[in-house]
Amino acid sequence: MIELQDIRKSFGEKEILKGVSTIMEPGKVNLIIGASGSGKTVMMKCIVGLMGVDNGKILYDKQDFTAMDEKEKKVIRQEIGMLFQGSALFDSMTVEQNVMFPLEMFGKGSLKEKKSRVAECLERVQLKEAAKKFPAEISGGMKKRVGIARAIVLNPKYLFCDEPNSGLDPQTSLLIDKLITELTQEYNITTVINTHDMNTVMESGDHIVYMYQGQKQWEGSNKEIVFSKDQKLNDFIFASEFLREAKEMRQLELFKDGKWREQLKKEQDGK
Amino acid sequence: MEFKFFYHFGNFLLMLKGMFSRPENMKMYWKQFMQQCVDIGVGSFGIVFIISLFMGGVTTLQTAYQLVSPIIPKSTIAQVVRDTIILEFAPTLTCIVLAGVVGSKIASELGNMRISEQIDALEIMGINTKGYLIAPKIMAAVLMIPVLVAIAGFLGVWGGKEAGVLSGIISSEQFMQGLRQEFKAYNVFFAMAKSYTFGFIIASVSAYYGYNVNGGALEIGKASTTAVVVSCVLILFMDYALTAILL
Repeated sequence: MIELQDIRKSFGEKEILKGVSTIMEPGKVNLIIGASGSGKTVMMKCIVGLMGVDNGKILYDKQDFTAMDEKEKKVIRQEIGMLFQGSALFDSMTVEQNVMFPLEMFGKGSLKEKKSRVAECLERVQLKEAAKKFPAEISGGMKKRVGIARAIVLNPKYLFCDEPNSGLDPQTSLLIDKLITELTQEYNITTVINTHDMNTVMESGDHIVYMYQGQKQWEGSNKEIVFSKDQKLNDFIFASEFLREAKEMRQLELFKDGKWREQLKKEQDGK
Repeated sequence: MEFKFFYHFGNFLLMLKGMFSRPENMKMYWKQFMQQCVDIGVGSFGIVFIISLFMGGVTTLQTAYQLVSPIIPKSTIAQVVRDTIILEFAPTLTCIVLAGVVGSKIASELGNMRISEQIDALEIMGINTKGYLIAPKIMAAVLMIPVLVAIAGFLGVWGGKEAGVLSGIISSEQFMQGLRQEFKAYNVFFAMAKSYTFGFIIASVSAYYGYNVNGGALEIGKASTTAVVVSCVLILFMDYALTAILL
């Protein structure tokens, strides 16, 4: 579990994060969404420790990450896997060597065991045939899958994905979402995804944090989002006529479920 | 352009300080160091070979052109060539060229790793990126550049001899006799002292500019150019300083 308590971050005079608090639970896909410049990338960089925070606490399973020294942070970092927007694969290494790298650096066991783990991870992301290829020789979607394999090779407790669907076609995008969701549930990982992709929001978002101008504007699940009356959230998520119609269809679908009928009633009563 | 000397110097010292930490896996660091030794040493051998030969040849021809007096023995040409190459050309000229070859490679490699988030990926894995990426480059440069300078010295003198003999300026015996006349081993020590210093400058300055790239592809090019220019200026400055102190 990752807990954020009143996170604040400024660059000079400009305050990027204005006191964000939330809890990211294990076994769930936690999404950070928001328009460009809303502070979601800075928030993710603060959570993983690539940037320091000016105020507030970040707790990894109740341990205060912000108060740790470099040595203690290293221990936590070895439990983190991260998929970068551009995949961040090492150009001079093959796909297999990229996935092997964290194992070589930190992994215990024989070379045979390490190779077998790499093969297992590549099999999991369906890339066994590309093991000997270099990153320049594979497609964007394949690079993302290699990035996922590298991120999970050390069995992380926390998985971070920075815009995993950017630059991918809808079909590959779906494949990546499905893979991340499956891995999250399979290994009970606390997954945090920073995304713009509305398909990811509707399909994978167990817990969604909507950021608006550096603040947490809304928080809930992908089911609750379709009933939300938050105007800023609705303007962002259901921006087109097509998406608004899709939202109504989803509402109708959920309305058939008794639990969500009550939810909708409550929302309408509130209105 | 704003000149922030103390800002860069402070950050440079912090970068060097940041390199010193216990390696996460000594075997991986060693592998990285050996890779850098190959890249810097073997990778630059070709250019060092070519410039040293021509540098020696040109020095012989120009020295002969200026020593026209019949009372000066021909072996003096070899003596002048030897000392010029050992004292100045082999360490300084070779390192100026290496600042371009090795320095720009280091700066653009690290710059590309920074832009494509590869350095962030290493940081998140819990690796000290300064220790893993920069320290092996500096150590490899400090080890391999003096080796290249020593090779450049030998090749330069050999090139000088061949040019002199082939053009009929001096015989092989006369040249060999001149090489032995008044040879001071201290000059070789001086050349090595310079090459260690220049090796450190080339790798550390280039790594500093590459590691701290901010922006896109354009900035990688700018960082690479700045790294080469700053390295060359520092090499020339230290060349003067070491000459004034040690000779």
